[in-house]
Amino acid sequence: MDPYNEGLAVTRPIHIDYAQAVPATYYIDPEACLYLKHGTCQICVSSCQSKAIDFSQKAEEKEIRIGAVIMAPGFGRIPDATLAKYSYGQHPDVMTSLEFERLLCASGPFEGEVKCLSDRRHPKRIAFIQCVGSRDLGCNNGYCSSVCCMYSIKEAMVAKEHDPEVEITIYYIDMRTQGKGFDAAQQKAESMGIKFVRARVADVMPWENNLKLTYSTLDGMHRFEPYDIVVLSVGLDAPADAKNLGEIAGFALNNYDFCKTETFAPLLTSRPGVYVAGAFQGPKDIPESVTQSSAAAGLAAGLIAKDRGKALVHKTYPKEQKTGKDEEVRIGVFVCHCGINIGSVVDVPAVEQYTEGMEGVVYHAQSMYSCSQDAQEVLKAKIKEHNLNRVVIAACSPRTHEPLFQETLKDAGLNRCLFEMVNIRDHCSWVHANEPAAATEKSKDLVRMGVAKARHIQPLPEQTVPVTAKALVLGGGVAGLTAALTLAEQGFQTTVVEKEGTLGGHLQHLSYTLQGDTVSTVLGELIDTVKKNKKIELLTNTELSQVSGFVGNFSSVLTTSKGKKTTETTLDHGVIIIATGGREYRPEVVLDNPIKYSEAIVTQRELEQRLAGKGKNPAPKSVVMVQCAGSRGDDLNYCSKVCCNHAVKNALKIKALDPSAQVVVLYRDMRTYGFAEDAYRQAREKGVVFIPYTMDNKPKFKGSGKKTSVTFFDPILRDEVTMTPEVLALSVGIVAEGTEELSKLLKIPVNEDKFFLEAHVKLRPVELPVSGVYVCGLAHSPKPVEEIIVQAQAAAAKAAIPLSKGFVSVEPTISCVDKEACIGCGLCESLCPYQSIRIIKDENGKRKAETITASCKGCGICASHCPVFAISMGGYTDEQINAQITAFGAK
Amino acid sequence: MGQAADKKSGTVMVVGGGIAGVQAALDLTELGYYVYLVEKSAAIGGAMAQLDKTFPTNDCSL
Repeated sequence: MDPYNEGLAVTRPIHIDYAQAVPATYYIDPEACLYLKHGTCQICVSSCQSKAIDFSQKAEEKEIRIGAVIMAPGFGRIPDATLAKYSYGQHPDVMTSLEFERLLCASGPFEGEVKCLSDRRHPKRIAFIQCVGSRDLGCNNGYCSSVCCMYSIKEAMVAKEHDPEVEITIYYIDMRTQGKGFDAAQQKAESMGIKFVRARVADVMPWENNLKLTYSTLDGMHRFEPYDIVVLSVGLDAPADAKNLGEIAGFALNNYDFCKTETFAPLLTSRPGVYVAGAFQGPKDIPESVTQSSAAAGLAAGLIAKDRGKALVHKTYPKEQKTGKDEEVRIGVFVCHCGINIGSVVDVPAVEQYTEGMEGVVYHAQSMYSCSQDAQEVLKAKIKEHNLNRVVIAACSPRTHEPLFQETLKDAGLNRCLFEMVNIRDHCSWVHANEPAAATEKSKDLVRMGVAKARHIQPLPEQTVPVTAKALVLGGGVAGLTAALTLAEQGFQTTVVEKEGTLGGHLQHLSYTLQGDTVSTVLGELIDTVKKNKKIELLTNTELSQVSGFVGNFSSVLTTSKGKKTTETTLDHGVIIIATGGREYRPEVVLDNPIKYSEAIVTQRELEQRLAGKGKNPAPKSVVMVQCAGSRGDDLNYCSKVCCNHAVKNALKIKALDPSAQVVVLYRDMRTYGFAEDAYRQAREKGVVFIPYTMDNKPKFKGSGKKTSVTFFDPILRDEVTMTPEVLALSVGIVAEGTEELSKLLKIPVNEDKFFLEAHVKLRPVELPVSGVYVCGLAHSPKPVEEIIVQAQAAAAKAAIPLSKGFVSVEPTISCVDKEACIGCGLCESLCPYQSIRIIKDENGKRKAETITASCKGCGICASHCPVFAISMGGYTDEQINAQITAFGAK
Repeated sequence: MGQAADKKSGTVMVVGGGIAGVQAALDLTELGYYVYLVEKSAAIGGAMAQLDKTFPTNDCSL
């Protein structure tokens, strides 16, 4: 069985999970090996030509000394017993979402073709069942797994792309697409024809050739539908060995066997020095896991800051040999079979032979896998043996493999830019898989062009730029203060700029958390710690008014206002963290009802202040809460992520103050994701009534002030209900604040909702497209305080990288301005998306463009737009590209 | 590994080689610390390596 493909395919006992596995080493599956299981066979030992199999190896115990530990064991699987009521295990076409993911994947059991496992037919109707193993006390998983709604939408959309005719229905309790941009994805899925049905699925039973799915809707009706495939959207369980891990490392678990943490210290386990990151801290998606990891790295780094660099091992390279412009060009060409990936289509020996006698080519060879470790050794040896000074490799994609080969060139003492890669896999054997002769001809063309370019390539310098080891943090709320503290603990001087007179931001207006923390106490402690830290400079009533420079070398002008007096100071710093926050949105129209805020019509934040007040009767007798007031398409187009928790928190508080108070929550989807689901359940147990509404049937408000009545449709009663509550509480969203001005100042893009756009949504969630600038908190997107703290720690960890290195490395493939030819028009400066080319005055006072090498990303926009061809790209000069084009025509 | 094994300080152990563990390990080395990345299976990558595509860019997970 192949565990990588969820057991849907078979593999050999000795195998590699997938082609890109790291380390790319074969291993023996002890469960399948005849020798390890039954003491027989051992054929592999004698047949392995490299004698790499040694059954005498035993597991070894090693003792290592470490300064800190980060626990990132991930998540576990929902037990099969929980899935059995949906006929999982009894019918092959009932599968988990992970199994379905493998079916969709090109490296999956059917090479990406979606087929029923029972009889290999193509499914016409597919159902997804949400909350399998989540929000289910039956399997002791009371929490929401947070990721299943979004991954089901993704899988459904990908399945639709495979076969637009397939009908897909998602059965859900609440669609919890609270992440940044997730609601938009659901809208896209709906527009693709994917159906969403709010229902509880009772069971799934085999039904002739199909599966019968029985479900009940809110109105109490039972219905059933036939499906070809039923996908169970399984949740994330605690890791199977969580208890063991907790005992070994000595930290506590929560009641669901995830790691126990606190709201204001989300990554600290109960044992000092042991941090947690990823799904083990609580179910979460990839960007949040990545953010937590960076944050945990930053915390660990702060703990052992005095030992930084002590254990680091630096790789050394031989001295680079000089390759002068006039030196004889000696090219080596290596053509790769890539197993059968290229070799089964392209005639690799013919392509290799084709290079014989080409101008400059002094050596050519072919290899089975040119990326393998032994092939690197061969490459190094051949460079030395034939005195090669240019290397052309015809293989796969430079996007994945260029760094590896360049590293080998460095190891052989060659400048890494004396390298050209020709992609005969993606461009030949893959896209022309059915035309081997034509694919071979095209490979020859591409190799000829690559060699032509290689004749002109030149070594490019490896540069570094020094860094000012200071940070500027914009915003003195919980995000900014946490980021500053994380940086200061790692030893870096940090300046915090807050435009208001007080620190703490929005937390100053909150009283308690869902988990029961007293916000003012925690915030007070944080502010005290920050104030006491000698590495942190706090500037209140201050705003950023100007920025110049680039990563490692920023210079900012800060304007402080004291009464009518303003003073300006200039600060040199290496990095910027944006933690400017957002603000409560106060819509004037909610669900088509005009709103006049008063004591009786309040936002959740105002209600919280009343509930926490010392007044005689803080709890209202009756409250109607309206979720998504002004959000999710009502006005703002997104989900603010915190409002459902806020409503549940206030509802519980009201019930605690006065158990007889009546609380009705009108909602679209209750998004109490993660462990907050417990509070949602508790609220229902305490008698809080939750009633869903739809955008086709919105609640109506009548009257004003204390006489405001709310009319809504109750799907269980199947009738309209009118209430006149003492308080109407609107769960309003969060909007970005000042991001557009800052966006202009720093040239950083914002998304359509005016939040900053990160460098990569999944893998670089706190970095921005401009190097040296990071984002955290509400300026990135709405999120609860726990996530804000993690994000701030992550931004600080990322910002600490250039600060601790003391330099930034410059990629050699960057733009270069020919100052003689430049006419100073400034077109390049205005076009550069990374603020990496600027106009300066030369010694004669003439305007000239200059590349900021530290932040140039080598995109080539400036070079392609320069009207006088004064800009060239390292590694892509006009000379090189012209040679390539000429070679294309010169068959 | 041998070079750092006898060093007493400046090292961190990361338990788990999925996306979370790998990211933590990479950031720690960038910050100047030696990392022991511990993974129980034969390859790193964890659950993410099994995913076909990821939202919203539909980038291949690998």
